[in-house]
Amino acid sequence: MQRYEQIEPMEPIIGPGQTYATITERISSIPLTDLRQTPRGWLVGFAISFSFLMLFLISILWLFARGTGIWGLNIPVAWGFAIINFVWWIGIGHAGTLISAVLLLFQQSWRNSINRFAEAMTLFAVACAGLFPILHLGRPWLFYWLIPYPNTLGMWPQFRSPLAWDVFAISTYATVSLLFWLVGLIPDFAILRDRAAGKLQRQIFGLLSLGWRSSSRHWHRYEMAYLILAALSTPLVVSVHSIVSLDFAVSQLPGWHVTIFPPYFVAGAVFSGFAMVLTLTIPIRKWYNLEDFITMKHLDNMAKVMLVTGSIVFYGYLMELFYGWYSASAFEQFMVLNRMIGPYAPFFWALIVCNGIIPQLLWFKFFRQNIPFLFVFSIIVNIGMWLERFVIVVISLHREFLPSSWDMYTPTFWDWSLYIGSFGLFFTLLFLFIRFLPMINIFEMSMLQFSENEKAHGREARRVQLAGDTPEPAEMA
Amino acid sequence: MEKYARQREVWDRMADAFQPTESQTSVEPLADRSGKAGVGTQPTPPKAQATPINLVGRREALQHMTQNVLAGLTLALWSSQPRAVEAAASELEALELPELPPPQPGEDVLMRMMRDLQRALAKPKEQRHWVMVIDLRKCVGCHACTIACVTENALPPGVLYRPVMEEEVGTYPHVARRFLPRPCLQCGNPPCVPVCPVHATWKGADGIVVIDYDACIGCRYCITACPYGARSFDFGEHHSDNAPHRAEYDMVASPEYGQFRQRQGQQSPVGNARKCHFCKHRIEKGMLPQCVTTCIGRATFFGDANDSANLVSELIASPNVMRLKEELGTEPSAYYLV
Ligand code: SF4
Ligand code: SF4
Repeated sequence: MQRYEQIEPMEPIIGPGQTYATITERISSIPLTDLRQTPRGWLVGFAISFSFLMLFLISILWLFARGTGIWGLNIPVAWGFAIINFVWWIGIGHAGTLISAVLLLFQQSWRNSINRFAEAMTLFAVACAGLFPILHLGRPWLFYWLIPYPNTLGMWPQFRSPLAWDVFAISTYATVSLLFWLVGLIPDFAILRDRAAGKLQRQIFGLLSLGWRSSSRHWHRYEMAYLILAALSTPLVVSVHSIVSLDFAVSQLPGWHVTIFPPYFVAGAVFSGFAMVLTLTIPIRKWYNLEDFITMKHLDNMAKVMLVTGSIVFYGYLMELFYGWYSASAFEQFMVLNRMIGPYAPFFWALIVCNGIIPQLLWFKFFRQNIPFLFVFSIIVNIGMWLERFVIVVISLHREFLPSSWDMYTPTFWDWSLYIGSFGLFFTLLFLFIRFLPMINIFEMSMLQFSENEKAHGREARRVQLAGDTPEPAEMA
Repeated sequence: MEKYARQREVWDRMADAFQPTESQTSVEPLADRSGKAGVGTQPTPPKAQATPINLVGRREALQHMTQNVLAGLTLALWSSQPRAVEAAASELEALELPELPPPQPGEDVLMRMMRDLQRALAKPKEQRHWVMVIDLRKCVGCHACTIACVTENALPPGVLYRPVMEEEVGTYPHVARRFLPRPCLQCGNPPCVPVCPVHATWKGADGIVVIDYDACIGCRYCITACPYGARSFDFGEHHSDNAPHRAEYDMVASPEYGQFRQRQGQQSPVGNARKCHFCKHRIEKGMLPQCVTTCIGRATFFGDANDSANLVSELIASPNVMRLKEELGTEPSAYYLV
């Protein structure tokens, strides 16, 4: 496997003492555990998530019964939590695609242990994100009018509207992510099928593995398909959030009408996505004893990615302030002042601290390798990224051009319940995933193990060679 | 009931296309059917019902399906043109306008505006350009126009088409208040229009930006895009919400766009964006917008700016005229005299 031989990690990306057998055994044992032996911790976690999911459903029901008036929306602030949550969730999804597609193309083999998990996270985050724009509508049952389909109602989307672009961006993203994830799972389904004890399990995994027999032709086709899908998803990392940012940038509103939005949104998306990956992997590697697969090296690398993207985001904040002042437009200048000293100023300063200042600590190895710090930090960043969207949506809207139409936005119970409930959806799906599917890529870990062994052999051979002792060529194979 | 005439035609035509007859291999052209398709009438059943439904040949079924898909696609493309909301204008040609007395010295300015209006209505729609001129020196801040608008359009709480904004200027003791009524400015280059994802709002030929309540899905994008805060959202509230029973004044149907919609449950316009439309339904019946007729200071003027003899054209030509936030490039059709 050519692509794994490019880098030589300083630190192990697989713990010592792991062999092909132990890798497969360790990872596949989680989904193959008998239902009756489900760990208690999982049950508790699932129950909690499921109750939040119920809260979500109740909020939706109430929303459909009473309309969007149950939220704290009013007339200058016509976009509220629904849009904030939408942008937030879709941002979180981006880390998955970045890890699985971009890092694959860049041959960063350390990604192999976290990519499956990150892709699953992407899918679930996109599921949450995709619901919010629909719930946001005043007449949500008509959302399908946004889709260009042949009809005799005379409905056709207007392609000048960024909201219509969103429909394409998100549906493409969801489709490609799902395909990528499912294709990546096929060889592992086959492993599970072969190891499954129960008949039903065997049948289900057999069905899902689509007749995978690990023949070399299968592998060849598989590798090609996977690479092509990776190449397809790579532009999506950039395009989806750029288009989301255009929802704002196209409008003339001070605070929205900013050319820096697309790159700054993409960086923010990757930033928040990695934060979410950290928030999720740190506890999971602990509970399931997966420290050998998700090693310190992984955490360190993710922290580095966050440092880079976090700095870009911070630069974006500063540029927004700078251009507000530099524009010499009274409205832009007022917007900047209103952010810094207006009624929502605490949100803005909290944002600067969470996303601008605290990530700078990651310059130090001590913080990058300090697991409790990383966990707390990732949560801080998640909050910070949510605040960023709050600042953009609410602070810009609540005081726009005409002072007489200014108003404040106060979220209601239903605003919060819908937001918190969406975690229920996310975590319910996630719990189901870690329980019933291999959350780490078994075969890629085995290949990684193989290439690590190769490299170890290679190093050994070089050492021997330098000593003037030529090894037998046969040993190299 | 011209509302969905065109959709109905195509619908009927497709219903025919699905009728499994041997004779009917090709469908009639659209124009031939338009007379027959009345409201609620079913398409005329074909004469020879010889073949039962499940005996349509595969080739024929495919052909029909293709026709449907093509009809759906092309119809959708045409329909990015103005729809039902503008249909009322066609009824107008036959409208009987009241006879007005000849101009007299010292008459109410409303009389002149009425005469101007009748002259404008005699022209084809595309040649009119409705504008409003508001003389801020005359506005006394009584808010009568706001209330008149609420009653005319039966607006629920939270929806205001024409608020009067107030500002206090100067420092004590030399303070003054000034007032700024703000209808929808019916921008010439409206930022609220291109953002609508379903083409539910557009600029009509006469310069009025309208909303098609049937099409609007309530995404509120236009509300955030309007720099003047002129759009509001119907959250489905009523004035008598916490009262024991719903008051009658909450049940009044709004005459907007000549559609007389009852606000109840989640039916349009609940869940839609709403805005001032210069009382389109009144203008097209030969009446001035309600805010104009109500203004006790005679501070609001209305008319056709494409007619140089019109009062508003004279006012717009005066040197003390301004428009709100001209620098945004929205080209408002509402002028202020300062
Ligand atoms: S004032 Fe606002 S709502 Fe009216 S046309 Fe202009 S942008 Fe649209
Ligand atoms: S609220 Fe209605 S009119 Fe406004 S942009 Fe959305 S769909 Fe269009």
